[in-house]
Amino acid sequence: MSGTRPRVFIVDDHGLFRSGVRSELGHDVEVVGEADDVAPAIAGIHECLPDVVLLDVHLPGGGGQAVVTALKPEHPEVRFLALSASDAPEDVIAVIRAGARGYVTKTISGAELVDAVHRVAAGDVVFSPRLAGFVLDAFASGSGPGQQQPSLDPELDQLTGREREVLRLIARGYTYKEIARELFISVKTVETHVSSVLRKLQLSTRHQLARWATERRLA
Amino acid sequence: MEEPAGWRPPWETARAAGRSGAPADDGSRDPGQPPWHFRRHGPGRWSWASGPLRRPREDRLVGGVAAAIAAKVGRDVTTVRIILVVAAVLTGGFVAAAYVVAWMLIPMAGTEHNLARKALADRRGLALVAGLWSVLIVVRILASAFKAGWLGSLIFPLAIAGAGLVLIWRNAPEDEQAMMRRQAQPLLGLTTRSRRTGLILRLTVAVILLAGGIAALGSAHENIALLQPLAGVALLISAIVVLLGPWWLRIARDLVVERQARVRAEERADIASRVHDSVLQTLALIQRRADQPQQVVALARAQERELRSWLFDGRPPGSIGDQAMTLAGGVRLIQQDVEAQHGVAVEVVLVGDCPLDDDLTALLAAAREATVNAAKWSGASVISIFAEVEPAEVSVFVRDRGKGFDPETVPADRKGLAESVRARMARRGGKAAIRSAPGEGTEVSLTMRRNVTEASQA
Repeated sequence: MSGTRPRVFIVDDHGLFRSGVRSELGHDVEVVGEADDVAPAIAGIHECLPDVVLLDVHLPGGGGQAVVTALKPEHPEVRFLALSASDAPEDVIAVIRAGARGYVTKTISGAELVDAVHRVAAGDVVFSPRLAGFVLDAFASGSGPGQQQPSLDPELDQLTGREREVLRLIARGYTYKEIARELFISVKTVETHVSSVLRKLQLSTRHQLARWATERRLA
Repeated sequence: MEEPAGWRPPWETARAAGRSGAPADDGSRDPGQPPWHFRRHGPGRWSWASGPLRRPREDRLVGGVAAAIAAKVGRDVTTVRIILVVAAVLTGGFVAAAYVVAWMLIPMAGTEHNLARKALADRRGLALVAGLWSVLIVVRILASAFKAGWLGSLIFPLAIAGAGLVLIWRNAPEDEQAMMRRQAQPLLGLTTRSRRTGLILRLTVAVILLAGGIAALGSAHENIALLQPLAGVALLISAIVVLLGPWWLRIARDLVVERQARVRAEERADIASRVHDSVLQTLALIQRRADQPQQVVALARAQERELRSWLFDGRPPGSIGDQAMTLAGGVRLIQQDVEAQHGVAVEVVLVGDCPLDDDLTALLAAAREATVNAAKWSGASVISIFAEVEPAEVSVFVRDRGKGFDPETVPADRKGLAESVRARMARRGGKAAIRSAPGEGTEVSLTMRRNVTEASQA
């Protein structure tokens, strides 16, 4: 991507949080704009075409998902990194399925956030422990005996053992580097596994994924 | 599918082979892999492993002798087991007796002393063996009276194996005993299940024996003379029973007492770890916050309430089971409590959920202890808990990026990790592993097998 300083756009409905993120990101990235709701976010991103959009999952006018859906077809090069403080897995998965390249919680430290932004800007995928847990949960539910649903594309509807292993380690709080060391693979391979999980998450038409989200919402 | 966490770093392997009852993946074999995977060498080549002969903690069917031999000669453990069983049948039981002797002579992985050394000093155990032998001698006499030579030849292996088992049972260290108890569970279950099934079982056995006896008598009915020695034998038995009966009774009673003593010891250990988790923890907190009187009062009140409800309502302190009905609820409770009491952030990632049973409550208690420990000692500002419910087992990982420690140098009196976590898990048949290095933080992994009935419900 463009040099060492990615251009970042911040979308969050809390002004305090936006300025907090701005100061935490410091000089490693260039913050090119902010917005506090869906409509101004779409307009602003359309205008300044940032490398990375830091996107709050919860926005008053329709949620972060709406922003991604509106911009993705026209600007596929803009990458979205979802951010949230709450625990609603179905919303997080919805933003990811709409096209976000990763998800981190708002409790993340400044240094980690900068790292995540750089990685998303470079085309990688960023999974926080919580997202890894959600994904494991989503792909595990309903896969027990007697609950098998016919799937259109088995390759997309299931995680491989290795992918599961990588996700588990992410959920346990391991960094990519630590995962690579633990599994005797390169960091690049870890990234490949995570990207492939993201692809499955976005493309899978799996019944269970929809049902899992519904169950979660009801619970 | 590849087994997660199949690989462990060398320091953990070394530690697992140490004294603790941890998930001893002592390099023998990945539990997720099929048995033939063990054969790393071409078939037909025996390659002797260096190092002393040791019985592994995992991967054992009875005493782990087959696994020990397999690891030594570099062969598949299943092959060794089949050879042993065939040999036991062919030799009329002598190999089985040799197995028990080997069980006593080969130390368990990570220990230096075998059971035999301890057994020789166990006077009570030796008295029990003498009692057992006296019973067998009577059986032998009866067998020769009945001309049942096969029984007579079985007596010697039986005497050796029986004596060995009695001594092993009495002298095995606690964790090995827990393993033995689990293996014997299905057998013991027969006698304790319910009165009705027990009655049916006894009746069935009695009817079969009776039918067999009547048939045997009936077939010999032309030769009534046989009944005469039978009467003699009956007299002989009565005489022996009158002579030795009280002694045998006392031995049987001793075994019962022994069992009760063990149950009591386990209860005591349980109480100790509960007191440690609640009262001692609170006292430690009070000392640290001595300058904040309000907090001290609050802590003392909470502890008093907890202690009262334990003493008078029978609700154990730190028992998560009463307050949270599911595993996820329990983990969240740990998160709340530790965040409130210790002022560190606890990040929780949950995959799946299931109702709590006694085993999982123990797992949660261990997880709580690990989390509190991390909050108190690691210096990290964030602790992550990852809990995953799978059909067969439940795992909880507690991780911090704090200062870490060298697991080899933890003093024995640091009760937290040693007793509350490891022993608590071992008592319930679970596993605990602690991975830490100075400067690299600590991760405690806890795994508990789920009960089959429950797994099928979920």
